[in-house]
Amino acid sequence: MIHALDEAAERLGLYIGQPLANARAMCPDLRVFDADTVADTKTISDIADWCDRFTPLVALDPPHGLFLDITGCAHLFGGEAALLRTLVRALDRQGFAVSAAIAGTSVCARTLTRQVSGTIVADGGEAEAIRSFPVSALGAGEAITTGLRRAGLKSIGDVASRSASEITARFGARFSTLLAHALGQGDAPISPRKPPPDYIVEKRFAEPIATDTMIAMTLSRLADTLIASMEKQGKGARRLEAAFFRTDGVVRTITVETGRPVTRSAVVDRLFRERLDALADPLDPGFGFDMVRLSASRTEIVVQEQRDLDAHVHDNDELAALIDRIAARIGGRRVVVHLPQDTHIPESAVLAASAQHHLAAAMQAEWPARVASEPPLRPLRLFDKPEPIKVPFATVPDGPPHQFTWRRALHAVVRVEGPERIAMEWWRQDGKQLTRDYFRIEDAEGLRFWIFRDGLYEGEVFDGDGKPASPGWYVHGLFA
Amino acid sequence: MSGARMSALAILRGQIERIETAEVVHPRDRIVLGHGAADAALKGGLARAAIHEVFCEGRQGAAATGFVMGLAGRVSARRPLLWVRQDFSELETGALSMSGLSELGLDPRCVVMVRAADVESALRTSADALACDALGAVVLELWGETRQFDLVASRKLTLAAQGSGVTGLLLRMAAQPLPSTAETRWMLRAAPSPPGSVWSAWGAPVFDAELLRNRHGPCGRWIMEWNCDECQFSEPSTYPQPVAAAPAHRQDPAVLQQRRAG
Repeated sequence: MIHALDEAAERLGLYIGQPLANARAMCPDLRVFDADTVADTKTISDIADWCDRFTPLVALDPPHGLFLDITGCAHLFGGEAALLRTLVRALDRQGFAVSAAIAGTSVCARTLTRQVSGTIVADGGEAEAIRSFPVSALGAGEAITTGLRRAGLKSIGDVASRSASEITARFGARFSTLLAHALGQGDAPISPRKPPPDYIVEKRFAEPIATDTMIAMTLSRLADTLIASMEKQGKGARRLEAAFFRTDGVVRTITVETGRPVTRSAVVDRLFRERLDALADPLDPGFGFDMVRLSASRTEIVVQEQRDLDAHVHDNDELAALIDRIAARIGGRRVVVHLPQDTHIPESAVLAASAQHHLAAAMQAEWPARVASEPPLRPLRLFDKPEPIKVPFATVPDGPPHQFTWRRALHAVVRVEGPERIAMEWWRQDGKQLTRDYFRIEDAEGLRFWIFRDGLYEGEVFDGDGKPASPGWYVHGLFA
Repeated sequence: MSGARMSALAILRGQIERIETAEVVHPRDRIVLGHGAADAALKGGLARAAIHEVFCEGRQGAAATGFVMGLAGRVSARRPLLWVRQDFSELETGALSMSGLSELGLDPRCVVMVRAADVESALRTSADALACDALGAVVLELWGETRQFDLVASRKLTLAAQGSGVTGLLLRMAAQPLPSTAETRWMLRAAPSPPGSVWSAWGAPVFDAELLRNRHGPCGRWIMEWNCDECQFSEPSTYPQPVAAAPAHRQDPAVLQQRRAG
């Protein structure tokens, strides 16, 4: 089956969807490549990235199309005609065959691209513009197109001349809506790939920039402008994106998130510098960037407060700024604060949460109070996964071991306290989990361990034949 | 060599000497640890705005963590604590447990943990953090010998700490001490709980702490106990309170219930 073909093949009379054997019969020296739909999708999404330079509202129209909502953007490029010319020429230069059109509705524009590239239809002229096109240009699907042709409706004008109720009755409501949209009556909304950011500033360069200093300078200037425009509305940025448009069409986007809204351009500047410094694959300018865009995709209203009166609040601000900087460099998930959880299972008693988002909550969390004048009952270091130990024997079946081997070293038990029995949460667990008996243990050297026996003796652990088996022992933590 | 050049050299030498001795810490910038002999050797306590190193063998990691946590608790005094650790040390000695921390009498709310993937990013993060004066202390936990932590890196940390007044604590597990610009250097081992009857409440953190290097005083080796209630170090209590006395201050809930019902 032919998936796609070039102009030369089209001239020979081959068409998309034709069986390959037929095509070979028509043209024996046909050069064939396997279709790679994944790569196609990637290419179209790369092109969509590139198209971001014209408007933030770019939507995919699979398999080969893109919608650009250029409402209010055209004048930046010298009008609609100039924009269309720039876009087509730039894509042409990169070796893509483009067919583009501008119209009041997305469906109409798509219909136009299937027939004549480069058309611009003014508002209200849609019906007139597509009147003479064959019905296949609507892209309504094989069945409907054939049906229309059989009914003698060859061009879109023919179809439009019938009443809407007739069309709906014969071809369904969806087709009649499509037709209405194509004729400029109402419009289907496009679904942009990315939500439009709240604030955008950008800078274009006639001469592409490539040096780090120029990039840094551009970013800090853009940050100034962005923050100034946000300040007017009392907003601060929680999420910032810098997009670097390379001359050869590659677009690299770098995102920085912050824990609290940023209102100073110096902070934005510094966050991006940290982020750019720490990139695993550094920003590759290639032949240079011809445009840099900075956008705030998540913003919050900032309450202006007088900070210097309360030193504590000031400290927290500085801590949050430090956390933002570290997170920008090594990743937000790597900076954590801890929240207590209402459970007695040791490994899930504490939740590590991103410090950027949960700092305030963590500062106010209520931790269970310790019992005064008791030694620590929970270890200072807890293994994520309890480590199995070898216990030769225990004199009392339910009792603690007298010695054990952990990490190939033998530890003689000198002091024991326990057991502290922790039963698993049967109302939460999905598999059967065993009751644990925990012991605090000190060995001859003074090392203190928290070990447990997994399962009640002769009660929960059975071997293959259903006979009681000896439960396993584990080290779960180390006391200071 | 001409006389002018000699005198220039002398001036330079004098300047260097002054720079080196400028680090003498003011007495009020020292934090009393609570252990008499150790405080005396440290001239009144642990210096703030400096770097302190704590070394230990691999299997003594938890004891050294307890000691560092104790120092951090003393120094930071309810201000936020940034704990930077390498991913690998969590596999070796386990993760720092916040429940265990609050059992030591310290506040888990103040701890911000940074999980650095490698030594470089850990070092860079701690140098950054040390420059931020909103923090009480910065702990850098590294496992094993590292090439990256050399004299230059150590100097960077010290300068950052001096600039901001934040104390830096280095927890070096399974590593050998190397020359550095640290104010003090400790070698930590766990010490057995003090002798007592089987029923005595044992298990308070007891450390065998050896002060290997002290820039402004003598070295020494002491047994130090962390007192979880008072949040300070102390001489180990040789004969602790027997547990049999416990019911006096802890009423049995069943009895209480009965009394109310009756």
